[in-house]
Amino acid sequence: MSNDTNTDVLVAETGLEEVVEAHPTMDWLREERMPHIWCPGCGVGTSVNCFTRAVEDSGLKREDITIVSGIGCTGRVAGYLRLDSFHTTHGRAIAFATGLKLAHPKTTVVVYSGDGDLFAIGGNHFIHAARRNVDMTVICVNNFNYGMTGGQLAPTTPEFYAASTAPYGSTELPFNLPYLAQSCGAVYVARWTVFHVRQLQKAIKEAILKTGFTFVEVLSPCPTLFVRRNKLGGSLAVLQDYKERSVVKNGLDAREVDLLPDQPIICGKFVDTDRQNYIRTAVEQMQQKLGDRYRIPDTWQDVLS
Amino acid sequence: MPSTDTPHVLTGAHFIDGDHAAAEGALAAGANFAAGYPITPSTEVVERLAARFPSTGGVFIQMEDELAASIAIQGAVWGGAKAITVTSGPGFSLMMEHLGYGVMTETPFVLVNVQRGGPSTGLPTMPAQADIMQAKWGSHGDYEIIALAPSSPQECFDFAIKCFNLSEKYRVPVLLMMDECVGHMLERVVIPEPDAINIHPRHMTQKPFGAEYKPYSTDECGNGCMIPPMTKVGMGHYPHVTGLTHDDRGYPSMTVAAQNNLMRRLTNKIKQNVDDIIMIEETDTENADVIVMSYGISSRVCHPAIVRARKEGLRVGFIRLITVWPFPEQRIRELAESVEAFVVVEMNLGQMVREVERCACGKASVHLVGHTGGGVHDPEDILAAMREAVE
Repeated sequence: MSNDTNTDVLVAETGLEEVVEAHPTMDWLREERMPHIWCPGCGVGTSVNCFTRAVEDSGLKREDITIVSGIGCTGRVAGYLRLDSFHTTHGRAIAFATGLKLAHPKTTVVVYSGDGDLFAIGGNHFIHAARRNVDMTVICVNNFNYGMTGGQLAPTTPEFYAASTAPYGSTELPFNLPYLAQSCGAVYVARWTVFHVRQLQKAIKEAILKTGFTFVEVLSPCPTLFVRRNKLGGSLAVLQDYKERSVVKNGLDAREVDLLPDQPIICGKFVDTDRQNYIRTAVEQMQQKLGDRYRIPDTWQDVLS
Repeated sequence: MPSTDTPHVLTGAHFIDGDHAAAEGALAAGANFAAGYPITPSTEVVERLAARFPSTGGVFIQMEDELAASIAIQGAVWGGAKAITVTSGPGFSLMMEHLGYGVMTETPFVLVNVQRGGPSTGLPTMPAQADIMQAKWGSHGDYEIIALAPSSPQECFDFAIKCFNLSEKYRVPVLLMMDECVGHMLERVVIPEPDAINIHPRHMTQKPFGAEYKPYSTDECGNGCMIPPMTKVGMGHYPHVTGLTHDDRGYPSMTVAAQNNLMRRLTNKIKQNVDDIIMIEETDTENADVIVMSYGISSRVCHPAIVRARKEGLRVGFIRLITVWPFPEQRIRELAESVEAFVVVEMNLGQMVREVERCACGKASVHLVGHTGGGVHDPEDILAAMREAVE
């Protein structure tokens, strides 16, 4: 709540020309749930800031957006957003979102979760939702390890990097997430880091406004676990590293965007194509096969006109 | 002829198996969303829904596994649908986590389990009733659940509707515990006129768009009510739904008090309504010396044994559980005061017999006629158990 007197005092005390008393996108957040659980220096909050600005900018109405998360640090995002919000089971956010979208397609569905949740335990649902081209946006905050449970090995942990369950370093090839998404048929695939807040905000807006299965990977420091354990110098150093190492290559084939130590971090929009989505394909085929006997689900009418 | 206005209700007499009848029951109950994953001997249920939904305005999707199927339906319910999933054996085990999620988030849906022999892959094409305890205890944590056991294709139809009604009334997942035998048995199934089918509608909040709404508050539903009214996405209510322990706003609350409040309400909403929920069939129990208790397909095998026992002069009563959960604890306690023995007939090595033993409390002897599954009991074994029980 703005209060002129308070603002005057703050302006006088801080010497700043303008004082903003509330977060500019607080309207999209569940203020009563603050403070959030994320550690200082964590990138999840930054990504949420980009998300709220993106939805504000998108022109979508609040009641027409549903946020679905799985389990983990990023899995807590749903609970902080003033939207129809669902904190589901570990790995199953996309499967839940699939059911929700097909029952109520008018809503814009955003799945917001972490790399372990979406690509280890939930990997199966990701590939199938992409293949089906269910109309939803998946935002993955990739912090290269399991944060909530204490920094365990993830399917994204780079080779040789340590995790609590890989104390001598990972011996596994990590996923190249944009390539995985591209190969499974996602119609929009982008990667940015939490350093690239403007680009990330724009990518999220594009992804949620685009019809079909869209994917945005967000690289983020996990200062308490991955960064500390691997002696990467803290979140600020990681952001500096993102700034220095990242190279924007829009349109690059996603098989070229592996994340490798000391190599450039390739960011950008790798896929932006069109493919008929699940609902339209189903309707066309049923109409062809069943003719007058086909009854389009009532709630599907909203997205067919 | 089925009415063209309500093609989801195939009014008339049919010769179909239990799997198909269960699918028709779901349609008649107004189900308009199903997600499934193929598994014998339950697949025919989803096959029928996949064939029927496109002409009734419903949505069927075959998911990538049972975990996905059992959570996709819950997403659909929060999208406003009436939803069902169907499985068997290993698939039922995979769905256990989401049974718990449904209990915790009070998401109404129906889960059909066409039981087959286990453990593991077991006997995919042959019956068992060995998931009865799993239905009650298979998901982690304390919970109360409702489960019905049909003994014929007609009951697969009728009970599917009952399952939906109970699920909506109590905002809890309800299990239709079929078995391979009733699932694949062909019998006459009579589907009534749509007007004759009682449907319990979802109790939705009356809060206007944008008004403050607490998804787990019971304030709106009156004194003593334990079942909060629901909402769905797009209503301007912005519910937060989580499997974490939560307060009435749906917000996570990691405290002893929050856990206590939530667990007490979730269990009491079932426990304090057992009179409304429990359905049992009783015959000749009042003057019986021995009472045979069974459910599902096994209950039908008891009949020839009971007829013969009575001819031999035994005073035999019979109880058939329609709701296997909650268990009719009070009634078994009462009967234990007057009978000598209970004979429990079930297609497993002793599951519901434990409930009977617990309730009989040593006042009547309890005898199990078990079976490892794959085929129904031999009535001779049931008869022998009755004779032994009264000796």
